[in-house]
Amino acid sequence: LRKNVEDFTGPRERSDLGFVTFDITADILQYDFYSIFDWNVKQLFLYLSAEYSTKNNALNQVVLWDKIMLRGENPRLFLKDMKSKYFFFDDGNGLKGNRNVTLTLSWNVVPNAGILPLVTGSGHVSVPFPDTYETTKSY
Amino acid sequence: QLYYQVLNFAMIVSSALMIWKGLIVITGSESPIVVVLSGSMEPAFHRGDLLFLTNFHDDPIRAGEIVVFKVEGRDIPIVHRVIKIHEKENGNIKFLTKGDNNEVDDRGLYKEGQNWLEKKDVVGRARGFLPYVGMVTIIMNDYPKFKYALLAVMGAYVLLKRES
Repeated sequence: LRKNVEDFTGPRERSDLGFVTFDITADILQYDFYSIFDWNVKQLFLYLSAEYSTKNNALNQVVLWDKIMLRGENPRLFLKDMKSKYFFFDDGNGLKGNRNVTLTLSWNVVPNAGILPLVTGSGHVSVPFPDTYETTKSY
Repeated sequence: QLYYQVLNFAMIVSSALMIWKGLIVITGSESPIVVVLSGSMEPAFHRGDLLFLTNFHDDPIRAGEIVVFKVEGRDIPIVHRVIKIHEKENGNIKFLTKGDNNEVDDRGLYKEGQNWLEKKDVVGRARGFLPYVGMVTIIMNDYPKFKYALLAVMGAYVLLKRES
């Protein structure tokens, strides 16, 4: 699983807002997703979450992006140059200078009937945030 | 004969009650089985699906999990996914939820001025599910006559059943 990210923090009144663009090429996992879809799997709920620690909070997890993959759809994940779907707000100012932000891809297997497991993909990417805020950003 | 019928009936009712109370204790949730009431988690869950919950105290709440929660002051349980968590060292956690099928997060559903949910709002975590089975409960709620008819039939059956 390869992820390339660019990141910078934007100034906000009270909380840090992080902007992450990412690249997920999961064709190494193509085979894996394909074999996850057995007769009892209705869909996979995929999500990319950022996990990090700050002075304010020992553990933070923020879902940046998600996708529903139904059985029968293309089981290959190929997203290039994606912007995160959801705003990456921290509870405070813990993103500035934070070197230890990790992005992981996980998925929720939704069966036709039965247990609902949550699986975390192997491999993760570290996203260090810079020490300064970007002052001008047009978006 | 009648005495026996009544005892039989009482045994059935108390067994059912024991099983339900037992489930509450084992799962740690006040409501271990819930029916999905809306389409906000489609296509995973549809109205009428049945969800099985656990609510163990030491189970951490993590992003991506499906939780059933109640907004303070409201009775209706909501089944959505956790999309953000901020947890302090002492275990105090605040989190945000969103329905898979909704465009925006649940802040509009929370109480006035409330921006986060806490552990105490959680009824349980969805661990398993069965499709369609819960429809019976929804029909009984929407058509109370159906509920009474069903109860009458069940009562009549138990009381009139003769041991051969």
